[in-house]
Amino acid sequence: MNDAVKGPTNVLIVGVGGQGVIMVSKILARLSQLEGLQVKQSEVHGMAKRGGSVFSHIRFGDEVWSPTIPMGEADIVLGLEWAEGLRWLRYLKLDHGTFISDTKRIVPPFSCRDRTHHAHHGYAHHTVAEIIDQVPNAFAPDATGMALELGNERVANTILLGILSTVMDFPVESWLKVLPEFVPPKTVETNLKAFEAGRAWTKKDHDPDLHNGSLPVKPVQRMVRKVRLEITDEWCKSCDICVKMCPERCLALDERQIARLVNPDACTGCRVCEWLCPDFAIAVHVDAVPIESIAADTAAEVRA
Amino acid sequence: MSEVIQEKAPSKQAASINIITQTGDGARPMTGNEAIARGAWEAGCKVAAAYPGTPSTEILENLAKYPSEDVHAQWSTNEKVALDVAYGASYGGVRAFCAMKHVGLNVAADALLTEAYIGVNGGLVLAVCDDPGIHSSQNEQDTRLFGKLANVPVLEPSDAQEAHDYTKWAFELSEKFDTPIIVRSTTRIAHTRSPVVVGEREQIEDRGFVDRPENVALPTTARARHPVVIEREKLMEEYFSKSSKVQWIKGRTDIGVITAGTSYSYVREVLPGVSVLKLPATFPLPRDIIREFCEAVDRVIIVEELEPFLETEISAMGYKVEGKVFFPRAGELSPELVHEGFAKAGLLKARKIETPIEINELVRPPVLCSGCPHTGGYMALRALDARVAGDIGCYTLAAMQPLQAMDTCVAMGSSIGTAIGLAKAGNETKPIVATIGDGTFLHGGITGLIDAVYNDADITVLLLNNSTTAMTGGQEHPGTGKTLRGEDTHAVNYADVCRAVGVKSLTEVDSYDLGALYQAIREATEYKGVSVVIANRPCVLDPVKIKGPAFQIRAEGCTACQSCMNLGCPALSWSDEMLEGHYKIKIDEASCIGCTLCVQICPSDCIRPAAELRAS
Repeated sequence: MNDAVKGPTNVLIVGVGGQGVIMVSKILARLSQLEGLQVKQSEVHGMAKRGGSVFSHIRFGDEVWSPTIPMGEADIVLGLEWAEGLRWLRYLKLDHGTFISDTKRIVPPFSCRDRTHHAHHGYAHHTVAEIIDQVPNAFAPDATGMALELGNERVANTILLGILSTVMDFPVESWLKVLPEFVPPKTVETNLKAFEAGRAWTKKDHDPDLHNGSLPVKPVQRMVRKVRLEITDEWCKSCDICVKMCPERCLALDERQIARLVNPDACTGCRVCEWLCPDFAIAVHVDAVPIESIAADTAAEVRA
Repeated sequence: MSEVIQEKAPSKQAASINIITQTGDGARPMTGNEAIARGAWEAGCKVAAAYPGTPSTEILENLAKYPSEDVHAQWSTNEKVALDVAYGASYGGVRAFCAMKHVGLNVAADALLTEAYIGVNGGLVLAVCDDPGIHSSQNEQDTRLFGKLANVPVLEPSDAQEAHDYTKWAFELSEKFDTPIIVRSTTRIAHTRSPVVVGEREQIEDRGFVDRPENVALPTTARARHPVVIEREKLMEEYFSKSSKVQWIKGRTDIGVITAGTSYSYVREVLPGVSVLKLPATFPLPRDIIREFCEAVDRVIIVEELEPFLETEISAMGYKVEGKVFFPRAGELSPELVHEGFAKAGLLKARKIETPIEINELVRPPVLCSGCPHTGGYMALRALDARVAGDIGCYTLAAMQPLQAMDTCVAMGSSIGTAIGLAKAGNETKPIVATIGDGTFLHGGITGLIDAVYNDADITVLLLNNSTTAMTGGQEHPGTGKTLRGEDTHAVNYADVCRAVGVKSLTEVDSYDLGALYQAIREATEYKGVSVVIANRPCVLDPVKIKGPAFQIRAEGCTACQSCMNLGCPALSWSDEMLEGHYKIKIDEASCIGCTLCVQICPSDCIRPAAELRAS
């Protein structure tokens, strides 16, 4: 394997667009440069700016060739967001890589798509306890919460850098010298405090269950919805309100200009049409039937 | 063998320890884009033009950081105009530069293919950034093939240092061989930062306009020039073969790898010890040195991203080479894929990646920002159930869930022409709407609109005016009233343009007024002929980040109908509370900008200013 050759140190910094992934990686690149090391920092932006997943590869050492870190060869994965940290876990060196991730959750609209009854989030379900249990060197602070206590949510990244500094070889003085170069002048003091807070955090014991990185999804009975729309044709005056307001676009006026459920599979039984119909022409009947008892698999999968 | 260099310090080594720590004009960390800009400036470039496009955008942005007395840098309306501007400056006898993404070269190609015949006066360099892996594009075409088609030399840097060096070199070559030169970069080079040793700006003599018969492209002059172009190809082939920039890394003679560009760094990373021939130019190919290399090793493997360009050319020289049989033709290469390829070739053991823990990866596609003014337009189109011909910009994201309000998207400015065709097909029952952003409209949409009026197409054009080139990070364009250097200039008035080309039905609305937008589009689609709706609101990110008072959802009033979730707004997500098996919604107040779109949609009227809810 490549590890046999003295390869570069690989740090992968990941998060969501707008969180400061690039800024954090520039700090690291600067530190490496101060140490006189060869350094490459690679990122891909463009679509990422629009709330997508953002990552930055930093590699430094005596000789660096590829700008990207091969999968399974990251010495450190630093996540600014929980699900992003987990996404890149497969890049970590299995035996001695260090995983650091804020437990902050940024839930994308895409995870809230499932409209079935009792559907749960598409968000990452792994808890902090699980990760700490299975990854040898894992740190999962609630950095955003700590930052809020310091009065500025934006310094969460600096708290993570403080933790990062305890697992890297750069002298603390270098960190303290470089940090102010990259943060807004007004926030230098708070950032230095945040850095110390990060370092101090590593010295204490933490109960991983205290800050649960996954969503508090309760084990609930998942249902299949059987929705029936009772439309009183005589009362419908073709006003079109239900058609326009249906969130799932499953209603339409028929050839007689009467409201009809044309896409029953998409109907979630939300009752908007029933409530909005000025003529009480629509009644929604929802019969929810359990399809699976998910209590068991939820316990395993979700550990709420 | 005299001209074959032994492994000199590769460029990364040139920026080794003692130089890196220097500040000032020594080595400095630069992205490939910054390095290309620096190279152009150092080469004495006087005029530079570009149209923004990921991953090439930052080249001109960085060039504009150098003094305006040194270099005139401008955004052009599109890549064709940008190349014309640069070419005009070259005609005028100064060094000129033009940058674009790979698909931008399609737009500029008409000019380029003839310019290759005409030749240059002042050196002319095009930086063309390919996007293997399609990080932010609509295809992954390979510019090397364009070089061959156009008979224009293609240089391929492998990192930021070479991006800088090759750009300077390209200007020399351009003047020496009387041809435009393409510097082909890729996303990985464009956006990777590594130390670059920079130099000083050269003072280049102004040549002035030179009268040459070939300056005017005509059948007679072109006929005379084509043989010259063919001869030039041969001369450059010989030149590249002898160039000190060809790197022959001596190693095992049983295996020889021929490569160029980023692929070179992957080869060095993954398979140290073998013989490597790194080519600085992939067109015209330095055949002499390639021949020598192929004779010197037992087995030749070609590692190249995208098309089997080197492989085909070298095979045609009569050598048995292997390449795409091991390495994918689609997508971006990576050390992993190069390792896998060498494993298939029997040169390495396959790597088995064990993951510490099986993770269900979260799907997190890019989305329209919270408060994005495009959202309203597509929400209205979704409600209208229109057939929507889309275009290129942030708003292409409206094709995805949950808006799903776009049916087609092809190339810059294609929406209007596509809509005309859909209308002329005569079989569409839905109203036909072309949606196009302001930047894209100026780039390639106006001619489509003229065509629509000319041919009396029954279509509606929704012009989404957010007063910036948003997708590429907020660049100025002819509609913003500012130049690349931030100077004030005339701002195009879109309504005037529409009226001037003969549009009779024209409405302007506020992108945040859903009702007005819906009504305007509905009325426009009912109009027989070309109708235009201009929806105005500035982008929430650029040029200034917009933040208004945040809204919040009154949980007691929320019926969990999830109507607001159809906006796809990233500030909206499920709360922990359920009603009849569906989650109620909550707003992330930090990211809400107060656009009120969700307020306008909510059937139970439960979305209120957050401050008001806290007070009650």
